Amino acid sequence: MCTYLTAKTEIAGSGKGPKGYFPLTQAMVYVDHPQHAPYEHTVNIDFLNPAQGPSARVAVELTEEAALDLVEAIREALASAPPGLASARTAQV
Amino acid sequence: MYDALLAETVTIAGHDGDEIEGYLARPMVEGPVGSVVVIHHMPGYDAATKEITRRFAAEGYAALCPNLYSREAPGADPDDAAATARAQGGVPDERLVGDVAGAARTLRGLPSSNGKVGTIGYCSGGRQAFLAGCSLDLQAAVDCYGAFVSGQPPKDFPLQVEPIIHLTKDLSCPLLGLFGKEDKYPSPDDVAELEQELKAQGKEYEFHNYEGAGHAFFAVDRPSYSPQAATDGWQRILDFFGRHLAS
Repeated sequence: MCTYLTAKTEIAGSGKGPKGYFPLTQAMVYVDHPQHAPYEHTVNIDFLNPAQGPSARVAVELTEEAALDLVEAIREALASAPPGLASARTAQV
Repeated sequence: MYDALLAETVTIAGHDGDEIEGYLARPMVEGPVGSVVVIHHMPGYDAATKEITRRFAAEGYAALCPNLYSREAPGADPDDAAATARAQGGVPDERLVGDVAGAARTLRGLPSSNGKVGTIGYCSGGRQAFLAGCSLDLQAAVDCYGAFVSGQPPKDFPLQVEPIIHLTKDLSCPLLGLFGKEDKYPSPDDVAELEQELKAQGKEYEFHNYEGAGHAFFAVDRPSYSPQAATDGWQRILDFFGRHLAS
């Protein structure tokens, strides 16, 4: 067996799969063997909508460094925008 | 030598009579031939596992790989199906045994069958091959680096999986075990624990532990592939099945 802890979080937004965009409701983050990335282990993130079935999935497999850089990049992008601009609580027009 | 083979997707009756998908590869001969149930690794019922199934047919066996994720994700890509099954805690042991029993029944029902069926599993399938050997009437079982036959899963492990070393007394057939010394799951200590129990129960077994190989050394499409271990491993498997499954 080849898996470790899985962190699961509810999310809101959209992702683009093979058939176009669909609403995302869940993300799974785990360190495991990748399907494709040329490494023994990677940080795998599945963006999912389980209600739409197994194929409603956007998958990424990142190295540890890439995953941490991504976290930083997300924080940086958010910090450069007015607080709350992309919040689910902000009224969307 | 006549060496034609046929490989195709089929529907078989699995656990509880559920219709599940499977990949059947067999030599186009009258027989009698032995059979192999191939248990896919955790990343799923994928192209590499189908290639392994065809290899057994090319070596003279009827081979059937049931899609263990048929129920969770019918028709989905193997990686999406594996992610779904993983999120749901993996394949329940009871259902696995029923699905392997269904595959063995299908194989024994082929007109070319000699009645002998073995099983081989990789990664999570290694544990499941051992489980099948302890639960069903089989003539050979091969465990390729299956974790948690012995040893305890780490705390917070996402799969609902328990050690099954206590079933060793029920093992119905000879066991071939192929392991990498660099593997952590199963670790060399886990493998030694299983070996000790097989000895204690007087079971027929043969273990090979490969230097410099880690987990999944048979996986030709992954960086874990180890040509030395895999080449020797294939020879051991064919020798083992030749002794226990061939007519």
